[in-house]
Amino acid sequence: MTLSRRGFFKATGAALAATMAYEVTAASPALAVEASGDWKLVNTEEYTNICCYCAGGCGSLCSVRDGELVNLEGDPDHPINEGGLCPKGAAMLQLRNVVDPATGAVSKNADRVTKPLVRRPGAADWEPISWHDAIKEIARKVKETRDATFVEVEDGLTVNRCEGIASLGGSQQNSEEEYLILKMMRSLGLVAIDNQARV
Amino acid sequence: MTSHWCDFQNADVILHCGSNSAENHPVSAKWLNRAHERGAKWIVVDPRYTRTAELADIYCPIRSGTDIAFYGGLCNYIIEHDLWQHDYVLNYTNASYLLDPDYGFDPATGLYSGFDADSATYSNRSWHYQVESESHWDTAPGGAYAWAAAPGVPAFTPPTVEHPKRDMTLADPLCVWQQFKKHYSRYDLDTVCAICGMDKETLELVYATYAASGAPDKSGTILYALGQTQHTYGAQNTRAMCIVQLLLGNIGMAGGGVNALRGEPNVQGATDMGMMVNEHPAYLKWPNTTDRKSLRDWMESQTYADGYYTNKPKFLVSSLKEWWGEHATADNDYGYDWWPKVHAGGLADTIIPSFEMMEQGKIRGYFNWGMNPANSAPNTANVRQCMSNLDWLVVVDQVATESATFWKAPDMDPASIDTTVFLLPCALIFEKPGLILNSGRWIQYRHQAVEPWDEAKPDYEICDLLWREIRALYEAEGGANPAPVLNAKWDYYVDGKIDPRPVAWALNGYRVDGTDFARAEVDLCSGYGELAADGSTACAMWIYTGFWANSEAPLDPEKQACCRRGHEDPSGLGLYSNWSFSWPSNRRILYNRASADPAGRPWSADKVLVEWTGEAWKTFDQPDFVAAQGGVPVPPNDNAFFMLWEQNARLESYAMEDGPLPEHYEPFESPTDVNPLNGAFSSPCIRFADYPSTKRGTNEEYPIAATTYSVVEHWQTGGQTRMCPALIEAMPTQFIELSPELAAEKGIKAGDKVRVWNNRGSAVVDCVITHRFKPMTVNGKLTHLVGMTHHFGWAGVYATSESMVNDLTPNVGDPNTQVPEYKAFLVDIEKA
Repeated sequence: MTLSRRGFFKATGAALAATMAYEVTAASPALAVEASGDWKLVNTEEYTNICCYCAGGCGSLCSVRDGELVNLEGDPDHPINEGGLCPKGAAMLQLRNVVDPATGAVSKNADRVTKPLVRRPGAADWEPISWHDAIKEIARKVKETRDATFVEVEDGLTVNRCEGIASLGGSQQNSEEEYLILKMMRSLGLVAIDNQARV
Repeated sequence: MTSHWCDFQNADVILHCGSNSAENHPVSAKWLNRAHERGAKWIVVDPRYTRTAELADIYCPIRSGTDIAFYGGLCNYIIEHDLWQHDYVLNYTNASYLLDPDYGFDPATGLYSGFDADSATYSNRSWHYQVESESHWDTAPGGAYAWAAAPGVPAFTPPTVEHPKRDMTLADPLCVWQQFKKHYSRYDLDTVCAICGMDKETLELVYATYAASGAPDKSGTILYALGQTQHTYGAQNTRAMCIVQLLLGNIGMAGGGVNALRGEPNVQGATDMGMMVNEHPAYLKWPNTTDRKSLRDWMESQTYADGYYTNKPKFLVSSLKEWWGEHATADNDYGYDWWPKVHAGGLADTIIPSFEMMEQGKIRGYFNWGMNPANSAPNTANVRQCMSNLDWLVVVDQVATESATFWKAPDMDPASIDTTVFLLPCALIFEKPGLILNSGRWIQYRHQAVEPWDEAKPDYEICDLLWREIRALYEAEGGANPAPVLNAKWDYYVDGKIDPRPVAWALNGYRVDGTDFARAEVDLCSGYGELAADGSTACAMWIYTGFWANSEAPLDPEKQACCRRGHEDPSGLGLYSNWSFSWPSNRRILYNRASADPAGRPWSADKVLVEWTGEAWKTFDQPDFVAAQGGVPVPPNDNAFFMLWEQNARLESYAMEDGPLPEHYEPFESPTDVNPLNGAFSSPCIRFADYPSTKRGTNEEYPIAATTYSVVEHWQTGGQTRMCPALIEAMPTQFIELSPELAAEKGIKAGDKVRVWNNRGSAVVDCVITHRFKPMTVNGKLTHLVGMTHHFGWAGVYATSESMVNDLTPNVGDPNTQVPEYKAFLVDIEKA
C-alpha cells in the first residue's frame, strides 16, 4: 500500500479527529462517495484544479484512483482558500459522480448529457446524433447562414461581416478555449459576440 | 479588481454595497474576517439584511437602485467635513484640471452640456479639458518614439500631446474640483435619506466610518458585484465608487481599491479576451465602421498621446500577426480588413438587442457556449419567443439547459417551432487542462485529472472539429469571402492533436523568427515591453505576456509562471507574488504608485508596496509606473495612473456615454414618482426602453420594488448545481423574501406559494416572510421591497420549476455597457 502525502494527512487527521468537517459531510448519504471501510484516499493520484463557480479562484485537489475521480476537496496549500471550499465547490465531484443513498453505489450523474443530441424542426423531443454527423450538419448550417447574410462591403468600406449568426458565452471556458471560440467566430465575420461579462 | 482576494485582510474599513460575500463568495469572506479581527470596521449597505450584514458592524438598508445618491452624499460629506486626502487628490487626480468653458450641468433638466434629444446621446466635446500647450512625439532616430517610424510599422500620424491647463490652488471655478464640489453639494443628508429610504443617523454613521479611511495611512476597500452593475446607470455606479476611493486616497493602497467580486469562474478571462461585440482581446477596441475603419484609423483614434497606451500599435500589430500568421504583412495592413467591422456605436449586437434581431429574422443561427440566456437573460418570456425564430441553435453544455430546451418550455408549442437544436456535451473542469483567471487577475492552471466521461469533449476540441469542417467546406466550395476563414492561423496542435498549450504560447506572445509551432519550438516573450509594431512579434493578449514564457520547456505547464506554488510573502501583506501569475506583469495591486506620496514615501509604514529610497525604487510589488528607464531609476513624479494619457485619475471623465459625473436617476421602473435631485427622473440615455417587449409598468399598477440575488447552494441558472443532489437537498426551491408588514397587507402566510407578476410575466414561488426586508419611506411614501432568487427553471432532472423569475426582469440596459437592469424593477404579489 502506498500513501500519497495528502492521503497520509487525511488518514492521520481522520484517526485523530472524527469531528473534522470532512468526516461530517462524508456522513451525509448524498456525499458518501465511498462505502468501503478503507481510507478514502489510499492509492490515489492528486491533481490540482480551480473551482468552477465564482471567480474566487479557490484551489481544489482531485484524487484519482484507477482513472476515476474518487474525491475532490479544497487544496490546503492554496493561499486563497487554504483548503476550504463553499458548499457548491465541495459538491463539485457530483457533477460527474453521484451515490445512491440506498445502496451506496457510485454512478455517473444521470442529469449530465454525455452524447450529442439533436432536436429536429417541429419535434417534441431529442434524438441521438453522432459527433461526426452533428459537426457535419452544423458546419453546413454555419456556411449556409454565413453565405446568405455576409456583407463584404458596405458604403464602399470593407466590413467582412456575418450578420446572421450570434455567439454567446465564454466565461465558463478555459482561456485557451475562449481564444479559439473568439478566433473562430470573428474569422467567420461575427459581430454579435457576447458573454456573461455583459450581464 | 484593482487588488486581489488575499488583500482584503489589509483593509481598515470595508464597505459592501451591492455584494454579499458571505453568501456568494464565501471562501473569500475569510479575508474580510481577518481584517475584522484586526479591528477593521465593516459596513454593509444593501436592500436586504444579508449574511454579510450579519458579520458586519453597521448595516444600512438602501432602496435598490439608489447607489449614486448614496455615493454622491458620501462625496458631499467628505468634502464638507474636509476628510479628503489633499495631497493624493491634488497630485494624482485631475482635480486641478480646467474644464471647457461650455461644460455644465442643469439640475432643472438633469442634463449635462452636449445632449442631443433625438438620439438620446451626448457629445462629450464640452467635457474635455482646456489645453495649456501641445507637444509632439519625437519619432526621429534616437527619439523616444523612434519605433513609430520604423520599417514595418503601419503608417499613422502620432497623436498630439495636449497639456491640460491646471490650477493647483483648486480655486478656479472651471477646475474639476470646483465643478465636482458644486455638483455634489446638492446631495445633502436629508435628500439622500429621502431617495434611498434611509435613516439619517445610520447614514451619518456609515459616512463618518467610511470617510475615516481618508487618513493617509488608512485604507478602505469597496466590494461590489452585480448589485451595482445591473442597473441602467451601472457603469456610473462603478464610477461613483472610483471617485469616492480617489477622494479618500484608497486606490493603489494595500487594503484599498475598487473590487468587483466577479461571479463566473473565468469571467475575468472572458472579459480580458474581449468576447464582446465592440472589444478586442486585452482591452483594445475591435474594428468598426466609424473611427476604426482602417488600421491607420485605429492607430490614430486609439493610441494615447502619453502614458503606457502610447504602445497600443505594438499590441494590435502583434495581435494581428498571431491571428493571421504568415498572411499578415505590412503590405496588407497585417490583415486588418479581414476582421469584421462592428456597426457604428458597437451596441446593436449586444445580448439584449440580439433577441430583437432574432425576432426580425436577421439573426438565424446561434451558438450558446456554456451560457443559458433562456434562463439568465432579462425578460425570458420574450427570449423564448425570439429564439423560436432561429433556423438553428448549437448549445455546448453539460446539461440540457433551458436554452437547449426552449422549445419544451411550458408555454411553447414544439410542433410550431422549426428550429434545429444541437446539444453538444462538454467536458467538466477536471476532465481537461487549461487556464482560468480569478477576479484578482491571477492566471491559474487546471490540471486534467480524468478523461471526459462517455462522449463528452473539451470545448477546445469541439471548436477544432467545427473549424476544420467549416474550413474544409470553404476550401472545397468557396462562398462568401472565404479569405478570413482560410487565412486564420490555426496551428494549435501537439502530435497532430488540438492542444491548449500552443494556444497558451499565442496568448503569451512570441518572436516570429525562431518560432515553429509545428516543431514545438517557440521563442516566447518574457514581458510585453518586448512586443513590437513591425510584425516581428505575435501576441494575442499583451496583458498576459510573461505567464508562459519559458521557451526551454514550452510544453510543460509546470515550468511556467502560471503554475508556480510559492508562498513567500516578504511584504507581509499577502501579495504571494510567487503563486501563479497576476496580469499585468505579475502585478498584484494595480496603481501601486499611489500607495506612496509624491516624493515616493509610503503613506503607511505598515503597507509598503513601493518606496523611493532616494536613489532607486524599493518594490514589494511589480511597480505600476515607470520606475526605471534603460536601467536608470526614475525619481518620483505624479504620474500615478499611467494607463491614462493624463497619468492622473479622473474625478471627472469625458469618456462616459451618460455624463462626466455620476448623477442620481431612478430605475426604468421605480416605486417613486419624484427625483428630488434633477428633472430627468430616469437616465436620459437609457437603452432599449423603446422596445415594445420591455412593457414598462408603473408604480400604480405594480407598487412593489423587486430585486434578485443568489443563494450559496446554487449558481446562476442552476444548470450545474441543480444536477448535484447534495445542493438540491440543501436548497430545493426558489423563493421570494418579503417583510411581515407586506405579508400581512397581502394576506400571505409562511409556507404559502406566492404569485409575483408584472406586464412581462408571472412566476409562482415559495415565500419566506422575514425581517430581513423592511418597508422604507421613500420621498415621503411607504415603500415595500421584495427579493427573489433566480436559479431554477423547467429543464433538468432535479428540482425543476414551471416558473422563470427572469420572465419578470426588464430588457433595458446601461448606456455604457448595455448591462440589463435586473436589480430594480416593479411587481405586484398575491397568495397563489
